[in-house]
Amino acid sequence: MIQFEKFTLSNGLRVIVHEDNTTPMAVVNIMYDVGARDENPEKTGFAHLFEHLMFGGSINIEDYETPLQMAGGENNAYTSNDLTNYYVQLPAENIETAFWLESDRMLSLAFSEKSLEVQRKVVCEEFKEHYINKPYGDVWFKLREMAYKVHPYRWLTIGKELSHIENATLADVKAFFAAHYNPSNAIMVVGGRVKTAQVRELAEKWFGDIPSGKKWDRHTPEEPAQTAPRREVVHADVPLDAIYKVYHMDQRLSHGYYVADLITEILGGGGSSRLFQTLVKEKKLFSNIDCYHFGTVDKGLLTIEGKLVKGVKMEEAEAAIEEELEKLKRDGISEKELTKVKNKTESAIAFEDMSVMTRCNNLAFYELLGDASLFNSDREKYFSVTVDDVLNYSRRYFDVNNSSTLCYYSKL
Amino acid sequence: MPNRTIAPPIKDAVDFELVLPRCDHHVLSNGVEVYSLNMGSEDTLQINWVFYAGAWYEKKKSLAAATNFLLKNGTSGRTAFEINEHFDYYGAYVNRSCYTETSEVTLHCLNKHVHALIPVIAEMFTDATFPEEELAIYKQNSLQRLKVNLQKSEFVAGRLIDSYLFGDKHPYGKYNNAEDYEALTREDLVGFYEEYYKKGRMVIFAAGKLPPDMIGELEKYFGSLPVRKHRETVEGIQHMIEPATQKKYRIMNDPNGVQAAIRLLRPFPNRHHPDFQKAQVLNNVLGGFFGSRLMGNIREDKGYTYGIYSYLLNFVHESGWMITTEAGRDVAEDTIKEIYNELELLREEEVDEEELMMTRNFIIGTVLGDLDGPFQVIGRWKNMILSGVDEAYFYQSLQVVRSITAKELQELANKYLQPDDFYELVVI
Repeated sequence: MIQFEKFTLSNGLRVIVHEDNTTPMAVVNIMYDVGARDENPEKTGFAHLFEHLMFGGSINIEDYETPLQMAGGENNAYTSNDLTNYYVQLPAENIETAFWLESDRMLSLAFSEKSLEVQRKVVCEEFKEHYINKPYGDVWFKLREMAYKVHPYRWLTIGKELSHIENATLADVKAFFAAHYNPSNAIMVVGGRVKTAQVRELAEKWFGDIPSGKKWDRHTPEEPAQTAPRREVVHADVPLDAIYKVYHMDQRLSHGYYVADLITEILGGGGSSRLFQTLVKEKKLFSNIDCYHFGTVDKGLLTIEGKLVKGVKMEEAEAAIEEELEKLKRDGISEKELTKVKNKTESAIAFEDMSVMTRCNNLAFYELLGDASLFNSDREKYFSVTVDDVLNYSRRYFDVNNSSTLCYYSKL
Repeated sequence: MPNRTIAPPIKDAVDFELVLPRCDHHVLSNGVEVYSLNMGSEDTLQINWVFYAGAWYEKKKSLAAATNFLLKNGTSGRTAFEINEHFDYYGAYVNRSCYTETSEVTLHCLNKHVHALIPVIAEMFTDATFPEEELAIYKQNSLQRLKVNLQKSEFVAGRLIDSYLFGDKHPYGKYNNAEDYEALTREDLVGFYEEYYKKGRMVIFAAGKLPPDMIGELEKYFGSLPVRKHRETVEGIQHMIEPATQKKYRIMNDPNGVQAAIRLLRPFPNRHHPDFQKAQVLNNVLGGFFGSRLMGNIREDKGYTYGIYSYLLNFVHESGWMITTEAGRDVAEDTIKEIYNELELLREEEVDEEELMMTRNFIIGTVLGDLDGPFQVIGRWKNMILSGVDEAYFYQSLQVVRSITAKELQELANKYLQPDDFYELVVI
């Protein structure tokens, strides 16, 4: 159980305090309830580009990084399909510096042309580094478009195409800021060597006079249930054939999410997992195979991906995956196997919780989902999954009509 | 309403007192040393078994890495699957990693399970069988991975730049080709295992919330093995550095590539050299963090790259000073020009007081933040012990950060940041 306190400023900013006196540091984590799912389909990649611009100077502070580094602090940020998160860690004595910097950029950015121009280029290089200049780099563009027809998860956080980023204007930037960056859409978590009273005072001082803004009214279209299998074939200059299969799974807060998470462990979690043992070690059809999902808030994708051993036929490899899934759907799993994946999950959570930064980040995420105290009930939710759940959900998820398959062939 | 144009007062990070939590030190009956750190609030722990079994000792390329990887793939009593299942059942993670000097096995687990796990780790060090079939799968999968990696410009660049500085026969400069994997035999692995694991030199690092009988358990399973203490020297293994004579390289790996992997590297002495700790400070100014000169110019001003960094290589015998980035293909040559401009600026002008203060504070702040987790702290101890330096070295390095002057930095820049000393590589 982790302890925290929560209060809300009069402008709507939610503040969570997580005291931990074992560290000399303090963490200030601000999560904005905006991600790539909130983007205009014609202007994708914007939430992430905007995250870069948050470092380009705010209304009263020309440069974000220098004063923070002067205070001995470090920071970073990330954007996902669901949210944007900014976090600072610095010596606890200097915590006010983080309040000063973060409150000023919540109040208003400097909106500099130069910053936009540079960050457009930087993000384009990021796009190239991760998605163009890499073998198999385009896979997730294709898979998302195949699996989602209406939900905005159909594009990646980096954006659908370079041109969307290249065409971003300062007017877009201002409109985005006005819609999403305000106390009504933000959650602040302060952790480490801090006291609640001190945080309350600092929060009132630095964030109290920021206009509350409007809560973003999210109308994310729900993805209609898939009714037929989808397939696509790609031929590319890659050395090995690869196969990707994705299946729609339940949203983050549902029981089915926890079952899906354990299913990924059963199939693809490490050396004793089913797909690895059967298809890599025994049948030698794949050189590697994985099963995972992205932990998204809305309904995500249970994914199986593998690279084929040179010479193995795609049909044979795919049939072998299907056979494993059929086995799971037919026979389910034993109590022992279920205990194994629960133990792994328990352990993974304990290691993750070691860092105060991760704890703050997770508190913000659960608050964004509806309630920070969900942090403490997550473990129980995994432990409540039964062997029957695994059987029933496997049957539902691994239905051929719920599947999208990408066969990625080597041209070399 | 607060005055937002004025920064709140800060305590300079250089004024913080930093204390490296002490390690307990034990010696097992066979002389093997154990460094342990009982610290942390979660019920987690980490144990690290380090062997002097890195690439430095192999007679065939990729042998050390293959032996290290396959430690976990079968003993006379258990198949690879059974070993994996055992660790997985207890939610434990067993990682193997092979470096140039050392190779390691690391266990991460909940402390309530550690007693069930240590005996199987011990089996890996006394009774690994290296089944032919496991080796065959390893070779095939390594070859496949290599093929994919060779399509990546940054992978190709990373291999080549080290080979220019150290020569492609030296452990710091050599890299594996397909034929190296193909040439591995089971006998090679068994021989390497006998010499460098079963009768090798070992040292153990344990950290986290340790059970009270931790040392007793380690004594029970490792204290009577015929391994030797890690401080014992091994005769006769020396490697000649053969630096390339050509300094500049342009390589076309993928004609359709949209980015260029850029690497600059110059030789640098190891951490015992008096300039090493000072150079760490200069390196931070140059490219060690987000507020560095290279990042400020090449990313934040020009937008040529998503990131650019510099660092000193973490090798024991020799080091090197590296600058690395992935930049747009059409701006690759401009990027290199700007890098040299930044080196020149550091040679020509003293770093101003504010920038130097920021760099000092940032380094100290980072170290402070790094000292609050048991795994980070033991990591520092491990790095110091394996490099043959002690606690005094840690405090001395902080002293250097606090006291180095702009003039000293400029002198260092003139000594080391000379363009002609750098190997320069662009891979598209």
